[in-house]
Amino acid sequence: MPLKAVILIGGPQKGTRFRPLSFEVPKPLFPVAGVPMVQHHIEACAKVPGMKEILLMGFYQPNEALSRFLVSAQQEFKVPIRYLQEYAALGTGGGIYHFRDQILSGGAEAFFVLNADVCSEFPLQEMLEFRQQHGDMHSFVILGTTANRTQALNYGCIVANAGTQEVQHYVEKPSTFVSEIINCGIYLFTPAIFQHIGEVFQRNQQELALEESSNGWQRAEVIRLEQDVFTALAGSGKLYVYKTDGFWSQIKSAGSAIYASRLYLNQYSKSHPERLAQNKPGGPVIRGNVYIHPTASIDSTAVLGPNVSIGEGVTVGAGVRVRESIVLHGASLHDHTCVLNTIVGWDSTIGRWARVEGTPSDPNPNDPYAKIDSETLFRDGRLTPSITILGCSVTIPAEVVILNSIVLPHKELSRSYKNQIIL
Amino acid sequence: MGEVWGQEGGCWGDTPGWIRHGYAGREAPCAFGCVWMGRAGSSRGTGRGMPGWTRAGPGTAGRVKIRRDWGLGRDAGTGRGGASRTRALGSPRPCGVAHGRAAGPLALARDLLAEDGEPFFVLNSDVICEFPFAALARFHRQHGGEGSLVVTRVEEPAKYGVVVCEADTGRICRFVEKPRVFVSNKINAGLYIFSPGILQRIQLRPTSIEKEIFPAMAQDGQLYAMELQGFWMDIGQPKDFLTGMCMYLQALRAQHPEKLHSGPGVVGNVLVDPSAKIGANCVIGPNVTIGAGVVVEDGVRIKRCTVLEGARIRSHSWLESCIVGWSCSVGQWVRMENVTVLGEDVIVNDELYLNGANVLPHKSIAESVPEPRIIM
Repeated sequence: MPLKAVILIGGPQKGTRFRPLSFEVPKPLFPVAGVPMVQHHIEACAKVPGMKEILLMGFYQPNEALSRFLVSAQQEFKVPIRYLQEYAALGTGGGIYHFRDQILSGGAEAFFVLNADVCSEFPLQEMLEFRQQHGDMHSFVILGTTANRTQALNYGCIVANAGTQEVQHYVEKPSTFVSEIINCGIYLFTPAIFQHIGEVFQRNQQELALEESSNGWQRAEVIRLEQDVFTALAGSGKLYVYKTDGFWSQIKSAGSAIYASRLYLNQYSKSHPERLAQNKPGGPVIRGNVYIHPTASIDSTAVLGPNVSIGEGVTVGAGVRVRESIVLHGASLHDHTCVLNTIVGWDSTIGRWARVEGTPSDPNPNDPYAKIDSETLFRDGRLTPSITILGCSVTIPAEVVILNSIVLPHKELSRSYKNQIIL
Repeated sequence: MGEVWGQEGGCWGDTPGWIRHGYAGREAPCAFGCVWMGRAGSSRGTGRGMPGWTRAGPGTAGRVKIRRDWGLGRDAGTGRGGASRTRALGSPRPCGVAHGRAAGPLALARDLLAEDGEPFFVLNSDVICEFPFAALARFHRQHGGEGSLVVTRVEEPAKYGVVVCEADTGRICRFVEKPRVFVSNKINAGLYIFSPGILQRIQLRPTSIEKEIFPAMAQDGQLYAMELQGFWMDIGQPKDFLTGMCMYLQALRAQHPEKLHSGPGVVGNVLVDPSAKIGANCVIGPNVTIGAGVVVEDGVRIKRCTVLEGARIRSHSWLESCIVGWSCSVGQWVRMENVTVLGEDVIVNDELYLNGANVLPHKSIAESVPEPRIIM
């Protein structure tokens, strides 16, 4: 059966919680567990038999990083990959509606839609099989997972029939408890979805004709799948939920990038064992799951891990300790430094004996359904302790401590900082 | 190393009493051990050359030891010869050794002190300086009064006992403890020498020398002040202890530079016990003292710290302005700063950050302390 996949990658106005990291590189290309965030999606889609084409959809202007990535991904996964640029931010539904002809071209009978900013096991094949068993060839499937009662309110909540898994009720980010089953942002549609989106579009246009608002024509085409389409489809017998227990997390902030890294690195032991570094004589001490780019140069007395990704061309000096961190391309960690719960930006330098440390925002390990919190940046007037982020080309001098701070790109620090945003 | 002899009249200020106890019962830290050695010269092993004094402290309430030697006329720093006697004296109860009530123990030791009619020194052990015993003894004999004390100039006299005295004779006119307005910038440095006659002024009850005895003696014209040359520091609080340590090391650099450590990775004034081991690629100093049997592993950076006997600092750690207690174990990649004080036998786990932590003895630290606090 011919299939396609659409990956929604958003644009510069979206993903602002990912700053300052998103200043350098579009968020979907940010490396998680050593490879760009969206490459995990592409890899999963390319594995599904019958996948004809993968479409990246967003409103980034064409840029070199994106184009290069597309070329290399095409070569690696041997499936056509294209970028479709929305002329404006059209919402999660507006984009695919706008490009419906592109999506359906080539006779696609069904297509996946995936949000780029999620980290998942991507049980795409299972979703296809589930649809065969439970629905019919015209039903739509949402991937769902279980959250705890408090955190479920932050997501789209799905109430489903226990036997048939048909979605009876859908509410996006309710204010009171509706269901523990949440929307993972991964869907399986058929061409019939466009009819439903089209209805929403018509309705919007009619409402606009009645109102006299200044945003005019653009608003009609902004369609949100979750609030506009799923809410309407719930209870109609056409929408189903496939519940998964596999790992899943949103990637909204830098802290969640480190958590997602850990989830993918765990998966590598089964899917890509060659990506995990091993303890070797003459090599650094590796604890747990660590990814080291082949061009990185690591002193043999360094101790790395668990959950560490070392990017291209990184140098790690003698006696360095790195734990729960992502070190991006070209960074340099001098001797005896200690880097914990930190994202070290591209081409940054950390001086000798410096300590760069953040506070993890991991979900409660005792609760299997806990999800990572999207904490607000400030609480009670103070910066919430979080992952330390060094932007691109930041210089940290020797012997200082940088704790729970965010350093914007190209900064050269001269002293210690704690709990601050350094502009 | 020499023992801490003197009145433990001072306390650690804000620091809880356990640290004081830690010191009270034990030999002084390395730097000050050297001070005592320097001061007492050949007292090593023979007990000679040390002027007589009483020792009374909270941990040893009532237990008084006296060592005495009157090899005066020579610098106490190289004092030699003279008989010395050590006596232990039990007491049924504490004799008022709480802070500021240091006179009581003197009364308790009255018989011993007055035994041969010679003057005796009394020291407040919470001070560090270049102890001028010989000069003080000479000064005392010259004026013939009942007591002499050493004064030093400080920037903030209001924290101490201020002394107003005649410029030529040094006779003390007034003695004002912790004055509210500026009186003079000469303060009581905590070193005294008394003739046995003073014992008649002291009754056997909790008595404060500074508040009760001195003012009376000043009024009678019996108290004289000698100005101290060189550095002085009240080391009652850990922060000041480190400052005093720096001053001491600086004085050592001027007088006995050969005693300081030198070599690759040593910066500034550093004192290292010969039995200590320092690893490769370390940078130690300036202003560091390292005690006996200490092990510092590879890649460690230490600045402005005292590391007491038997402690171990594991590799790649970074310490600044800390006091590491006896037999402590500091893990790898630890960062300690801002007057972090570890009591005896504290274990700090790997990769932690301690900022101004005051850790009581025998504690295990498994979590970082990012803001100053006390760990009990």
